[in-house]
Amino acid sequence: METVTATKKKKKEKPVPFDYSNYIRKGKLPHIWCPGCGHGIVLKCMLRAIAETGRPNDDFALVSGIGCSSRTPGYVNFNTLHTLHGRALAFATGLKMAKPNLKVIVTTGDGDALAIGGNHFIHTCRRNLDIVIMVYNNFIYGMTSGQFSPTTLPGMIATTSRYGNIDPPFDVCKMAEAAGATFVARGTAYHYGELEKILHEAIMHKGTAVIDIIDSCPTYYGRFNKFKSPADMMEKIEKEGTVSVKQADSLPPEKLEGKLLRGVLHKKERPEYTEGYAKLIEKAGGKIVSSRQ
Amino acid sequence: MSDKKKKFMQGNEACSEGALYAGSRFYAGYPITPSTEVAEILSVRLPKIGGVFMQMEDEIASICAIIGASLGGAKSLTATSGPGFSLMQEGLGFACIAEIPCVIINVMRSGPSTGFPTGPSQSDVMQAKWGTHGDHPSVVLTPATVQEIFYETVRAFNLAEIYRTPVIVLYDEIIGHMREAITLPEPGEVEVIERKKPTCKPEEYKPYAQSNGTIAPLAAYGEGYKFHVTGLYHAEDGFPTNNTKLIGEANERIVNKINKNVDKICINEEYYLDDAEIGVVAYGVSSKSAKFAVKEMRKKGVKAGLLRPKTIWPFPDKAVNKLAKQVKAILVPEMNLGQVYYEVERASRGQCEVKGIFKVDTEAIHPNQIIEEIEKFA
Ligand SMILES: Cc1ncc(C[n+]2csc(CCOP(=O)(O)OP(=O)(O)O)c2C)c(N)n1
Ligand code: SF4
Repeated sequence: METVTATKKKKKEKPVPFDYSNYIRKGKLPHIWCPGCGHGIVLKCMLRAIAETGRPNDDFALVSGIGCSSRTPGYVNFNTLHTLHGRALAFATGLKMAKPNLKVIVTTGDGDALAIGGNHFIHTCRRNLDIVIMVYNNFIYGMTSGQFSPTTLPGMIATTSRYGNIDPPFDVCKMAEAAGATFVARGTAYHYGELEKILHEAIMHKGTAVIDIIDSCPTYYGRFNKFKSPADMMEKIEKEGTVSVKQADSLPPEKLEGKLLRGVLHKKERPEYTEGYAKLIEKAGGKIVSSRQ
Repeated sequence: MSDKKKKFMQGNEACSEGALYAGSRFYAGYPITPSTEVAEILSVRLPKIGGVFMQMEDEIASICAIIGASLGGAKSLTATSGPGFSLMQEGLGFACIAEIPCVIINVMRSGPSTGFPTGPSQSDVMQAKWGTHGDHPSVVLTPATVQEIFYETVRAFNLAEIYRTPVIVLYDEIIGHMREAITLPEPGEVEVIERKKPTCKPEEYKPYAQSNGTIAPLAAYGEGYKFHVTGLYHAEDGFPTNNTKLIGEANERIVNKINKNVDKICINEEYYLDDAEIGVVAYGVSSKSAKFAVKEMRKKGVKAGLLRPKTIWPFPDKAVNKLAKQVKAILVPEMNLGQVYYEVERASRGQCEVKGIFKVDTEAIHPNQIIEEIEKFA
């Protein structure tokens, strides 16, 4: 990760705008991600969004499943838990219920969250448990070398869809909303400033927050589908393939065809699960025990 | 002990009481016969004392949730039966390699698959040992009475904390649903082990540090230690490693922390063993019939004796071997088609005949069936 201390000499006297060293674990870099992979940009946005909350690192727990995206927690200086493929949300649910004061953020891939972990995904949203779910959506299984995933678009090539994918994809946001998530948004690694703001809003939200983060796997999705370079891929998929909700208002329907909407797509007030549980304890005549503080 | 604490209750109720006595404040599970009463009881009791009851979307989620809760500092448990236990295997392996204490209750029913859901069985003994992939530690307790379910559930939590490992309590539908009079001990009467927390500075904390077989204390998340937990092989600091030497050592360590403490973990009941010439090795519900059979045989002057393991994994090799040296034959009655039988045969090392008495029609083994076999050797 590029640190701000590496900025040009003449700017040296300027105050350091952001110090990543407070968030990146010493000695745990370099990361495993390929050159050009979008996961690093997402990580940067996440750290800056966390920093904006002003809360100490120990207030956060980062939980992940298995996949390239799920390696995120290992690099960062929080309470971190790297679990089983698809199961991050189930571990996160137990942790959050045992320690409701922790802000739990789950970093997961499209395969991790929606294929093997699909059941946990919809049920976490249904409960509206206060967890931030960051889906690093690169339309492919990166870690296992490029098989198609539940978000791979029709016709696209993967190691297990050599004739073009025929499985219809999920829309992460629609699914999250239908399942009951109370904050649903989409961002991209390309629009990193916007993503940082969305992530900050998601962290501040009380309830299940799902962010579909359009991200790229140049190594597999990119190469198989003949994108010229990681940058070309980002431009075609993330820049040209998306429209912000604000822009969308003034565009005719034909201009929106085939494009994904970016921004906060759904926000709703609904009782949050740990709060609901605290009320249940009260109703049963109990008191919150210290391990739940 | 006050009479107030004398209760008539079923095994699953005693299990719930044991969990509460041990200080468990977190349950996550998915309903399944014949374990459901544990969930139902704890769903009422836990909130009353500020604890958490979660009904998860499936058993995979349940075991993952209790591991997550344990990392939040809670003593946690789940209860299930065969089909659910099958789904929990991957999570169980995670708790083994990441060394996270938790307790899994498996009230055995007939299998494979949905089998006969209300029918008892003892056919998950090998799954409890080998169900999850890879070499891993296994601690599995097999209580035989309602009272013992209480005590062994408390012991399961204690062992989980001492050895930082998942512990399984294995009993069957019969004792799960059978009602017996039991005495609930007062607080403090039975030892309850609390989790050892680190006292070092956060930057010095190594969650997997090991020196001379000691087990590192486990911090809870959100208490200043900010450590990393992963299901990948990891170094002492908890971060993944590709170092083959460290991987080998770590695998051996998690297995050896149990295997080197067999004498502390294995507890057996011995019944008329001193002068026994014919031995019976039985556990759980089948040991009830075996005990009755041994008593009847003794009345007739036949020198039969019972060895009843309360810990089935690690296997009580020493006790079985000693028995094999002493007797003509060992009989192994169990409600499956031969699981502990093969372990007894292995541990006996050819010193006596070993014969299984197997039954899978979901009816308990009748004492007469055991008596008949004992008589053949008398
Ligand atoms: C139970 C189980 N099944 C399969 C795997 C193999 N596996 C590891 S990562 C992965 C897919 C990861 O893809 P995704 O979640 O989209 O994340 P990415 O690597 O693209 O970031 C699979 C199938 C596994 N580790 N565990
Ligand atoms: S394989 Fe793909 S997703 Fe994984 S690190 Fe490389 S580029 Fe990123």
